[in-house]
Amino acid sequence: MASKDDIKFLSNPTIGKQSKKYCRFKKFGIRHIDYKDADFLLQFINEQGKILPRRITGNSLKYQKKVAVAVKRARHLAILPFVTDLLK
Amino acid sequence: MKHYEVTFVVDPVLSGDEIKATEKAYEEMLKNEGCTLVHVDEMGLKQLAYPINKRSSGIYYCIEFTSPTGDIIGKLELAMKRDERLMRFLTIALDKYGIKYNADKRSGLIGKVKKKTKGKPQDEAAAAPPAEAPKAAAAPVAEEVAETGSAE
Repeated sequence: MASKDDIKFLSNPTIGKQSKKYCRFKKFGIRHIDYKDADFLLQFINEQGKILPRRITGNSLKYQKKVAVAVKRARHLAILPFVTDLLK
Repeated sequence: MKHYEVTFVVDPVLSGDEIKATEKAYEEMLKNEGCTLVHVDEMGLKQLAYPINKRSSGIYYCIEFTSPTGDIIGKLELAMKRDERLMRFLTIALDKYGIKYNADKRSGLIGKVKKKTKGKPQDEAAAAPPAEAPKAAAAPVAEEVAETGSAE
């Protein structure tokens, strides 16, 4: 009889399982987004410096708006670029 | 009492004394108008993300202050607009979460954690503590105010 350890999968069984997206601000209780913190804001922009949509980041509407404002403030102060290539 | 935060970028071509004088001039201006300085953050020389006035770096300062009325903001921004030593400035009104965030940052609850973690999953976990420990951070704010008061 084959034991449980003998079962082999041809492909990785975790592939195709989507983990549910969530709003990190709600989950971890972050209430304020600092426009001076470039490293943090980098998570919400793509390689060209564009703001990523909610469908990618999973942010709730409330915090996506705040992220957008923070990114725009950072751009004004030259902390983040308006447009670029190979940001990451 | 309203809480504000003004961030500005000083031209790096100026000498060290001139840069300090620029920053002090705005501190004095705020004090003369009856504002209380909460904290002055010297963020130092940083690379700009894009060139401004053919400069590729700038010296960042961030002054957090409270004002009894909002009248000072107009005067401050006008003075900054006319000041050729400044390259950029931004004034924002802080809400209660912003005040808490800045207090936490000063007491080292936020800055330290974020430096350690560059990766995404860790960063998320690391970003959590600020919300949990706002009470601990309340005390340092009072100290800061006392310090700035004695400096006057």
